[in-house]
Amino acid sequence: MKKQILTLILLSASFSAFAAPDGQALFHKHCAVCHGDDGKGGVGVPLSLPSFIDTVSDEYLKSTIRLGRPGRIMPAFPKLSDAQVNAIVEHMRGWSDAPAVTHSSEPVKGDASHGKELFARHCVQCHGEDGKGGTGTGVTFSRKRELPIIAPALNNPGFLASATDSMIRDTLIYGREGTPMTSSLVSGLSEQDIDDLVSYIRSFEAQQQQADDNEVTEAVITAVSPYTIEETIENLKNAIADQNFTLIRTDYIEHGFVEEGKEDKKQVVMHFCNFNFLYQALAIDPRVGIFLPCRVTVTEHEGKVQVTTINPMRLSALFNNDELKTACEEMTGIYEAIIEDAVL
Amino acid sequence: MIARSLLLLALVMLAITAWSSPLSAVIASDLIMARSHEKFPEAMLTLQSSIKEHGYTVARVQRIDIGLTGMGYKTDKYRVVFVGKKEEIQYLTKKYPQLTAYMPPKVSIFAEEDDTVVVTANPYIYREMVEDEDKQIFDRWENDIYSVFKEFSNAGED
Repeated sequence: MKKQILTLILLSASFSAFAAPDGQALFHKHCAVCHGDDGKGGVGVPLSLPSFIDTVSDEYLKSTIRLGRPGRIMPAFPKLSDAQVNAIVEHMRGWSDAPAVTHSSEPVKGDASHGKELFARHCVQCHGEDGKGGTGTGVTFSRKRELPIIAPALNNPGFLASATDSMIRDTLIYGREGTPMTSSLVSGLSEQDIDDLVSYIRSFEAQQQQADDNEVTEAVITAVSPYTIEETIENLKNAIADQNFTLIRTDYIEHGFVEEGKEDKKQVVMHFCNFNFLYQALAIDPRVGIFLPCRVTVTEHEGKVQVTTINPMRLSALFNNDELKTACEEMTGIYEAIIEDAVL
Repeated sequence: MIARSLLLLALVMLAITAWSSPLSAVIASDLIMARSHEKFPEAMLTLQSSIKEHGYTVARVQRIDIGLTGMGYKTDKYRVVFVGKKEEIQYLTKKYPQLTAYMPPKVSIFAEEDDTVVVTANPYIYREMVEDEDKQIFDRWENDIYSVFKEFSNAGED
């Protein structure tokens, strides 16, 4: 009996240790939230699009999982084991019958300065100045349902480290069917032109600047008001209107938790919105709702009236979305101006 | 006695093997996200039911899409759900007035074609704003969010 139980223990232990990672389950856990279970896209790009999955190498996919796209939402997954990454890629290969392609790692030789001219004429409209990519993400706000992809950021360090020159060249030659990316040959460029474009795109590597991620940002923007709580609220109403925001409602922190009318009147929340700003922010990143709606709290604590808002710059760090940083900088300025006007 | 202990150990190991299989579409990071194959109305009900089953109150639902549509913008379903436990929200906001800017915590829920996606900030971001003795509140919130989001995601699998 003891021998049988010991065998059972060893079997279960070895099953745990040596069982191959389940690629489908790993994809479901780490990728499907953004890319969808079937890879058809959502917040993330449509990975199962045949003109994508059939034309990228396993190495490109693995490197992309490892490195992500800094500042472009796709996170890096450095903690996954090689076996787990391989299993995810193998699962993705199941979306297509085509064998995985391979791309040479040999650099393409071209004239980057001529490539820059061509880029300005043929690529900037979708990929943006300096290859910074299209704006926005996801299907909910940013793009039309029939548009499967937003132009990727070609200057992104994660992309440049994952894509070989040969892969970029093939993408230019063949385009991506089902997306606005058409064949450059069909568009009238020569193979030499395409090599020049590849050289220019590769030159983005030299232009990359180190992001300063070490800057410490306070979690809140706050100030003590010299006025009573009622006066401070009136001042805030005017300050919010002066910034072209609409006051939606004023209530209390305890709203919804205690019986109406019995809330602590010294914890006031003022909700306000500028719908154009809101719409733009959601188009940049639909997950930004956790900031919403804009609000300022007024509290009286130990005889001190305090005005407080979130610091959007602090929250923007959660999103890995450089586009959002600009909107957050703007919102931080607006919050600071509202508070300053109200407590001066 | 030894045989019984070994049998128990074997069962525990098998259970660990079974439970460690990643089944939930939940991303562990600064943002916690989950996707459900339920359409928005059903997914919204699932989310609110799960929140309540975990002992939290849905204090308010902000209809972001209604506001946008009213102003002439085209948008899919998008709501923000304010969630918390009364005693904890009262305790935290009275002790740490700066936390009022973040309380009660919010969960965004939006339609993505036939799926529904939820997202919230990981509560560990609030830990730095409180004293050590209160940090465990946010650890518990984090665990509860993972549990709620797991139920949310699994509901769409049925």
